[in-house]
Amino acid sequence: MSFMKPSKPVGIVGYGSYVPRYRLPGEEVSELWTEGNAGLPVREKSVPGLDEDVVTMSIEAARNAMKRATGAHLTAENLQQKIGAVWVGSESHPYAVKPTSTIVAEAIGATPFTQAADWQFACKAGTEAFQAAIGFVSSGMAKYAMAIGMDAAQGRPGDALEYTAGAGGAAYLIGPIEDALVEIEGSLSYVTDTPDFWRRQYEKFPEHAGRFTGEPAYFGHIMSSANALMEAMTLKPSDFNYAVFHQPNAKFPLKVGGELGFSKKQMEPGMLVNDIGNTYAGSCMIGLTAVLDMAQPGERILVTSFGSGAGSDSFCLRVLRKPEHNGAVKTRDYVARRKVIDYAQYTRMKGYYKLN
Amino acid sequence: MEVARFWRTNKQRYQLVGEECPHCKGKIFPPRDICPTCDKEAKVPYVFSGKGEVFSFSTLHQAPAGFERYAPYTVALVKLSEGPMVTAQLTDVDASDVKIGMPVEMVTRVLREDGERGMLVYGYKFRPA
Repeated sequence: MSFMKPSKPVGIVGYGSYVPRYRLPGEEVSELWTEGNAGLPVREKSVPGLDEDVVTMSIEAARNAMKRATGAHLTAENLQQKIGAVWVGSESHPYAVKPTSTIVAEAIGATPFTQAADWQFACKAGTEAFQAAIGFVSSGMAKYAMAIGMDAAQGRPGDALEYTAGAGGAAYLIGPIEDALVEIEGSLSYVTDTPDFWRRQYEKFPEHAGRFTGEPAYFGHIMSSANALMEAMTLKPSDFNYAVFHQPNAKFPLKVGGELGFSKKQMEPGMLVNDIGNTYAGSCMIGLTAVLDMAQPGERILVTSFGSGAGSDSFCLRVLRKPEHNGAVKTRDYVARRKVIDYAQYTRMKGYYKLN
Repeated sequence: MEVARFWRTNKQRYQLVGEECPHCKGKIFPPRDICPTCDKEAKVPYVFSGKGEVFSFSTLHQAPAGFERYAPYTVALVKLSEGPMVTAQLTDVDASDVKIGMPVEMVTRVLREDGERGMLVYGYKFRPA
């Protein structure tokens, strides 16, 4: 088992989230494709506006993370020049060739002397960037590293994924423990070649293997990863105040958490899927921001992502102090800022119409 | 689309980077190297807060080429809290809710795209604060 504990302690120095304003209720999809007979995997999902994509959403989340990172000893200008990496994990980067991360880095003032890269691993692209950022900072190669998980997810019209494929995510600034809000106590990654969901090059929508996405993929990887991390750290579910799992629908995370031994009370603060849908690479990362908005010093959090293809990253986190928000929007406030749209407006926002 | 022109103005479009006049301390946006107040040289970069208010606005229903997919949309004269006036689109707001004097804040959004094969242009818009 390859348990990852940084040799030099590091933590989350700042965090920020973003959720677009628009919501598509599940009934809209069900009414169009099943005459309202389909069971709804989530109540509603977030939809990016006409002028939003993974670049713009990542910029806002990163700006929120920088607001929470700045304080008496760390000014914005000081911080900008010490960000040694800007990494964006997503499966909906706007360009096939041309990094999202350079645009984000430019917008937050971190250029030119910084590392920038786009990460890809279905829904765990954000947590793999987060894990790499821990190593980058711990090794001393960077003072701070920004790891972002963000998606404007695609679901084929009429497919089960159309009910859930949402938009949003979160950004984390990883840095030295003396600046940190949250200590990263350890992490672990568990991957196998499991083809449960994929999108081939040049295809607009992903394919999935139906029920196969459940047992061997989602449940198998999350259970193995979370159990292995707890075993390596000699911790049990009752040692954690909160648990956040990847949220593809409202049922799976509660089921996997229950099987691992976590209660609904531990999971509910980080559960956003019924309100914003599955934000793919942003899913458990934005769930964690909702927890951090309310967590108290000393509390411990387990976070486990799942990315199809497949793998799960688990993290054990301990809250050191409450954040100063400095104007950064709290995650539940983004969730509450909503404008409901109908299916016709949704298809326009998703760009399904050719105007010329 | 002129890639070089957009590249040259990245910082002002993404971050609202203008200039501060070292002589009269006036804030300048967009950057123009000569202070419009005292006519002296001004090349010191200044990052605006992004806060401001709607000075005036108009909603476009017949959009110019390149902006058709966003219509109808509202364009505003935004008076930045540091003084300068900028023209920008408003976003995340219904046209019927826009009012003169409405506080707004800068966000970075897609301004336009050069067809399916061309580049995406990102820049500032303002939303209700």
